[in-house]
Amino acid sequence: MKAAVLVFPGSNCDRDCKTAVETSVNGKVEMVWHQETELPSGLDLIVIPGGFSYGDYLRCGAMASQSPVMAAVKREAERGVSVLGICNGFQILCESGLLPGALLRNSGLKYVCKPIELTIENRTTRFTNAYGNKQTVWMTQGNGDGNFFADADTLKAIEDNDQVVFRYVENPNGSMNNIAGIINKAGNVLGMMPHPDRAFEDALGSADGAPMFKSLLKAAVAA
Amino acid sequence: MSTTTANAPKSMADKAAEYGLKADEYQVILDRLGREPNDVELGVFSVMWSEHCSYKSSRLHLRKFPVTGPRVICGPGENAGVIDIDDGQACIFKMESHNHPSFIEPYQGAATGVGGIMRDVFTMGARPVALLNALRFGEPGHPKTRRLVEGVVSGIGGYGNCVGVPTVAGETNFHSGYNGNILVNAMCVGLADADKIFYSAAPEPGLPVVYFGSKTGRDGIHGATMSSAEFSEDSEEKRPTVQVGDPFAEKLLIEATLELMASGAVAAIQDMGAAGLTSSSVEMAGKGGLGIILDLDKVPQREVNMTAYEMMLSESQERMLAILKPGREEDGYRIFKKWGLDAAVIGETNTTGRIVLMHHGEVVCDLPLSPLSDDAPLYDRPWVEPAQEPELHASEVPVAPVGDALLKIMSCPDMASKRWLWEQYDRHVMADTLSDSSTGHDAGMVRVHGTRKALAVTSDCTPRYVKANPYEGGKQAVAEAWRNLTAVGAEPIAITDNLNFGNPEKPEIMGQIVRAIDGMAEACRELDFPVVSGNVSLYNETNGIAIPPTPTVGAVGLLKDYDQRIGFNKVRPGQVLLLVGETKGEMGSTLYLREVFGLEIGAPPKVDLESEKANGVLVRRLIKTGVAKGVHDLSDGGLLCAAADMALASKVGLELKNPSDLDDHIFAFAEDQARYLVAVDEAAAHLVIAQAAEAEVPVAVVGVATGTDLIYAGLCVSLERLRETNEAWLPAYMAGKA
Repeated sequence: MKAAVLVFPGSNCDRDCKTAVETSVNGKVEMVWHQETELPSGLDLIVIPGGFSYGDYLRCGAMASQSPVMAAVKREAERGVSVLGICNGFQILCESGLLPGALLRNSGLKYVCKPIELTIENRTTRFTNAYGNKQTVWMTQGNGDGNFFADADTLKAIEDNDQVVFRYVENPNGSMNNIAGIINKAGNVLGMMPHPDRAFEDALGSADGAPMFKSLLKAAVAA
Repeated sequence: MSTTTANAPKSMADKAAEYGLKADEYQVILDRLGREPNDVELGVFSVMWSEHCSYKSSRLHLRKFPVTGPRVICGPGENAGVIDIDDGQACIFKMESHNHPSFIEPYQGAATGVGGIMRDVFTMGARPVALLNALRFGEPGHPKTRRLVEGVVSGIGGYGNCVGVPTVAGETNFHSGYNGNILVNAMCVGLADADKIFYSAAPEPGLPVVYFGSKTGRDGIHGATMSSAEFSEDSEEKRPTVQVGDPFAEKLLIEATLELMASGAVAAIQDMGAAGLTSSSVEMAGKGGLGIILDLDKVPQREVNMTAYEMMLSESQERMLAILKPGREEDGYRIFKKWGLDAAVIGETNTTGRIVLMHHGEVVCDLPLSPLSDDAPLYDRPWVEPAQEPELHASEVPVAPVGDALLKIMSCPDMASKRWLWEQYDRHVMADTLSDSSTGHDAGMVRVHGTRKALAVTSDCTPRYVKANPYEGGKQAVAEAWRNLTAVGAEPIAITDNLNFGNPEKPEIMGQIVRAIDGMAEACRELDFPVVSGNVSLYNETNGIAIPPTPTVGAVGLLKDYDQRIGFNKVRPGQVLLLVGETKGEMGSTLYLREVFGLEIGAPPKVDLESEKANGVLVRRLIKTGVAKGVHDLSDGGLLCAAADMALASKVGLELKNPSDLDDHIFAFAEDQARYLVAVDEAAAHLVIAQAAEAEVPVAVVGVATGTDLIYAGLCVSLERLRETNEAWLPAYMAGKA
């Protein structure tokens, strides 16, 4: 599997994402700087990592969504390449319009870092089909703005189209419908607040993120 | 207020006093220069000779610490200590206080404390991989405490989370002794290649001096001086001396610095911390035995019309000074541009032995370097043997029902769960965290990326012990750190010390400093646990009232294979509980006396370093051979509180008994040192007892894991109730309900 991990000034999970892909599926990973206007050819996966892109001094992800590399990501997404946005990456995908909704300040107004249990709502996606019959997974989460919000029509559409991929068992941040991760209608762009890139080995407390990369490997091989 | 001098120009001697220099110190300056210094020169002297930069009251005593060892690559004197962790890798770490600024402006004070300690570590070539913090707040009922907790915790989280370094361990105490002076001690641990460590000494003349990072503003002017003085009612007016942090800029600075180092362009490098441009330029040139000239017009400035004095004393954050190898400026500019950082060549090294500053084409400062460091005041301050709490007789220990006492202690501010704090810290970024404040281990652990190795880190001090007996308390702080590393299966390697005390000009405070250092040095020697870096914070006094003496110890240990790590979170039903170490019934200065009876009396537990070592070696062997299934060190609250921690973390009931001749409440809550609670499989218990006998280590069977209650001497409390009790206080307090 050939993957690219984007690096913005302020990204801080870029190395984690690279390690997760390498460890989980022995993928080949290239780091791509935010000012690049083209992505490497033949990618199976683009990962937008967590962190505080450009310091996130504006709305989280707002500045990154306007960066040169995101224009290239949009083109690749339209061609059907898999895009995974984690934490700040999810915020960037929403700000870019690649995913619906927005991520607001956590309802408790504080940064929350903890292991969190998620139900897998849709196991037919190219991101989740290797989870088998597993009903719930554990991953850690760490963010100040993970409170998923969408207007009523958008939320209904997301639910009706089975776009909710992960839900919190216990809502940590006020997210609507306990939403932790969603996918686009086309099924190739996933955004989630919890970190599969910090849950790929038992030593880290959970290896429940690894099947996500295995799912993507299957999709890459099949393509 | 004086009216006669309001409009008269101040004499330089008056200014010297205002800048924190004593009259005799000012006289030395006059003698060395043979003339009056100008304002800029006086500013340079005042910060270089501040307690914060010169260690003038403590230096003499700090020499008692052992600072070498087979694994020590670089001891005290550089930005941070460096130890060898095998395979050509090194660990670089240091702890530093940001007490004064955090009290005045908690968010920025704590945030910049984290930023500053990270810079000390990456300045030497290490990527920061773990953060810790040791916090001491005033009593919960004090009107300032809640706001300070809120601000400090947000500041630590706001900075560390954004930079992307996990905060994996720490400690938090509350005591009225900190009402007027809180302590915020931050520690950073980094990883580097052992052959790629960077130092600050300028290697040769004629090299370009490059400034990079954020612009210089007027914030933090005289921060180092402020941190070297006592507080009074008007200390809030010192808010402008507190720096403002920008973690995003720090993140860029880390990446740019490490990239610059990897490019091979760096000859010497120093971050601009306390006393900013002054101390960085003076130290680089001074340590190299060279001279330096700087053109201040070239310094990137955030504000207009800054004076030379303001630029030299500014403590604006996220700035670095590097001396590049000849002709490597372009490499630097390429990297700084990539990361969007301001940068400029602002000067050059030379052979003059002087620091010369130019501003608007004029020389505004021309000082010989050697007096700044070599002639810095060194005080052998008078001290008296500090007051010591007498030994307690068993009959002086009041009796409380064990169950009531346990619930009281487990819910008291010092022992209550600190979940409210650490859930605001990113503990998992970098994807190498093996244990943290939430997981049920005595130390935080992070993997050495890409290897089977891990670092274990802890921060420890029991101020009530140090207050009751500075010598024994100093020993205990070191011993507990050693024990916590041992209890996770790590080999303890070295420590950084953060000595927080009151005004050293008072002989009784100086006595605390001297005796605490004696005790720490003794423990470091006996446990082969050298001091490789440190920081001294004195004058932690308000209106003449000093903090409890608080020599915080930050320690690092190494696990060669992280599969051999252990915690107290995986004890299973049927396993037998062994108490390793002797319980004589040390009740002086215990949490039991303080929390149940409001008594802060009695000699603290004695630290027998021989037993400490022998018991620790046995425990490490039990861990390494896989015999130990759970390990917890015994500290605050003694055996019963350790058992409660273990039961909660492992989600299993424990049935304990008292096999000793001691009364039940004493066996439960005595705080004898050098002890561990170890869970083993039933079948292995007799083997362990035999091994312990051979090693002459006292061991006793004290219970078994079973059910869902904690049971001991008539006490039976469900884990659910215990958890509620332990978790309730802090969130309720922060919500204003406790």
